[in-house]
Amino acid sequence: MGSYVLRRLLQMIPVIIGATFLIFAMVFGIGDPAAGRCGERACPEAFLVQFRQEYNLDEPLVVQYGLYMAKLLSGDFGESFSGLSVAEELLNRWPTTIRLAVIAVCFEALVGIAAGILAALRKGRFLDYLVTLSSLLIISIPVFVVGSLSQLVFGIRLGIFPVTATEGGWFDLLLPGLVLGSFSVAYIARLMRSTMIENLRSDYVRTARAKGLGPGRTVGVHTLRNSMIPAITYIGYDLGALMGGAVVTERIFNINGIGGFLFYGINTKDGTIVVGTVTCLVLVYLLANLLVDVLYGVLDPRISHD
Amino acid sequence: MTDPSGVAVSEFGTPPAGEEREGQERQQARSLWSDAWRELRRNPLFWISVVLIVVLLTMAVAPQLFTSTDPRFGDLAVARQPPSAEHLFGTTSQGYDVYARVIHGARASILVGVLTSIGTVVVGGLIGLVSGFYGGWLDALLSRVGEIFFAIPLLLAGILTFYLFPPDLEDPLILQVLTVVGVLVLFGWPSLARLMRGAVLQVKPNDYVNAARALGASAPRLIFQHILPNAVAPMIVVATLNLGTYIAVEATLAFLGIGLRSPAISWGIDISLASSIGLVRAAPHMLIFPSIFLTVTILAFIMLGDAIRDAIDPKLK
Repeated sequence: MGSYVLRRLLQMIPVIIGATFLIFAMVFGIGDPAAGRCGERACPEAFLVQFRQEYNLDEPLVVQYGLYMAKLLSGDFGESFSGLSVAEELLNRWPTTIRLAVIAVCFEALVGIAAGILAALRKGRFLDYLVTLSSLLIISIPVFVVGSLSQLVFGIRLGIFPVTATEGGWFDLLLPGLVLGSFSVAYIARLMRSTMIENLRSDYVRTARAKGLGPGRTVGVHTLRNSMIPAITYIGYDLGALMGGAVVTERIFNINGIGGFLFYGINTKDGTIVVGTVTCLVLVYLLANLLVDVLYGVLDPRISHD
Repeated sequence: MTDPSGVAVSEFGTPPAGEEREGQERQQARSLWSDAWRELRRNPLFWISVVLIVVLLTMAVAPQLFTSTDPRFGDLAVARQPPSAEHLFGTTSQGYDVYARVIHGARASILVGVLTSIGTVVVGGLIGLVSGFYGGWLDALLSRVGEIFFAIPLLLAGILTFYLFPPDLEDPLILQVLTVVGVLVLFGWPSLARLMRGAVLQVKPNDYVNAARALGASAPRLIFQHILPNAVAPMIVVATLNLGTYIAVEATLAFLGIGLRSPAISWGIDISLASSIGLVRAAPHMLIFPSIFLTVTILAFIMLGDAIRDAIDPKLK
C-alpha cells in the first residue's frame, strides 16, 4: 500500500512539471509575454522594463521557468496591473468557490447515485426510462445554458432564489451549486445505473442470492458497495474539475470566487490574473486526481499495489 | 539446401494460409459491423439522431434553404421584439432576426464539432497505434507527453490559449474555426490515444497478427490491415460522444467572450449576448432559441454515440 502511494506520487511529479512548463512556455516562450498585461492599452515603457526584470526575461527559457516556479511555490503569483496581489485575491476567494463546489458535489452524490440505483433496480420499467431519458437531456445542455435559464426561471420569474450571489452565503449559492453539478448528476446517474446492472448479474450476487440472503443484503451490501466505486472516483475527479468549471457559473451568478476572478481577468485583459489563476486551478485539479487515485487503491483491493 | 526448401515451403504454404487468413478476417469484420448495423437499425434513438443530424448538416451547408433573411442585417426600429409572424423567434438588441441567426449559427458549431472529432481521431488514433504497436521507450515517451496534455482541462486550456492568442476578427470564419479546432485537438487527443493504445495491446497478441507477422508482413501492413480494423471500435464510440462535448466547449468559450467572436455567428456568441441579467428579463426569447438549438445538436450527437456503443458492445446495454 505504502509503495503504491509512493509510486503514484512519483508518477505525478513529471506531470505537474510538464503541465506547468507547458503553460509557462505558452505564455513566455511563444509570442510576446507582455501582451495582454495592461488592459486595452499598450504597455508603458517603464512597466516593460520592470516586467523583463521581474520575470527574468533575459535568461534562457528553462532558467526563467525555474525562477518562475520558485516564486509560485513561495506563494508569489505576481501583481495584477491594477496592483492587486493575485495570491492574496485567490486566497480570499477560495472559501466561496469551495462552498459552491461542496453544494455541487453533495447534489451529485445524493441525487445522482440514488437515481442510478433506482433506475437499475427498475430496469426496463417507467422509472428507468425516466432516469435514462432525463439524464440524456441534462447531459446535452451546456452548463451556461442551464445557468442562464434557471436564473431566468427560478431567480427572475418565480423569485425562489436570489438572482445573483455576490455575497456568497450558503443559501445564495444553492441555485448556482445545483447548476454547477447538473451535468455530473446526470453523468453519475448513468454511470451508477450501468455498474449496478452489471454487478446485479455477477456471479457473487447470484451466489449470495442462492444462499438465501434477502434482497436487502444482496442489493444493499453485496451489489451496492462494489457499484459505488466508479461513482465515488468520478466525484473525486469532478471536485477538481468543478473548480475550473465554476468560471461559467460564477460569471452568470456574479459570484466572487476563483472562477469569477478568472472571468474578471479575461474581461479586463489582465494576463497576470489569467495565467496565475489557470495555473492554480490546474494544480488543484492534479492534486485532486492524485488524492482520488490513492483513495481508489484503498477502496478497490483488486487494484494492484505492487 | 535450406534456402530452396524454405522458398518451396513458403511458395507452397503462403497462398492457402493467406487466403484463409484474409477470408477469416473478412468474415469477422463483416460479422462485427453487420451485427452492429442490424442492432442499430432497430434502435429508434439512432433514427431520431440521424434525422436531426441530417437536418443540422443541411442547415450548416445551405442556410439559405431555411431562411432568406440576412442574419447581419440589423434594424434598430424593431429591436428586442418578441416572436411574431414576421420575426418567428423575435429580434435581438441590434434588431437582428433571431431565427436567421440561429439557422446561420449551425455552421460554426457543426464545423467545430466535426472537425475536432476527426482531428482527435487522426492524431490520437495514430499516436495510440504507434505507442501500442511499438511499445518500449517510444510508448513511454508518448504516454508521458499525453499525460501532460491530459492534465490540463479542455476549458482551461481553451481559455488560456485564446486569451494569449486571440483569433483575428478580420480572418474568414473557416480560419477562426480552424484555430479553435486546432487548440481543442491539441488538448483533446490524449484520451483517444490512451483508448487506442489499450485496444491495440488487446489485439496485438492475437494469433492472426502473429501469423501475419510470421509470414513477413511489414509493420504498416500489420497495423493498418490487421490491428486497426479490430481495435478501432471503442475509439469511434468515444469520438462520436465527444463531438457533443467539443460543440459545448466551443460555445462555452464564445459565451465567455473568447474563441469565436462577433461578427462571426455562433450560438455561443448569441447566448452570451442574450444572457446579461437585464436582457434575460426583457427579451428571454434571445436566450431561449439559440439555447434550444445548441442543446438539440449536442443531444443528437450523444444519442448517436450511445446507439453506436450499444450496437457495438451489447454487454453495456
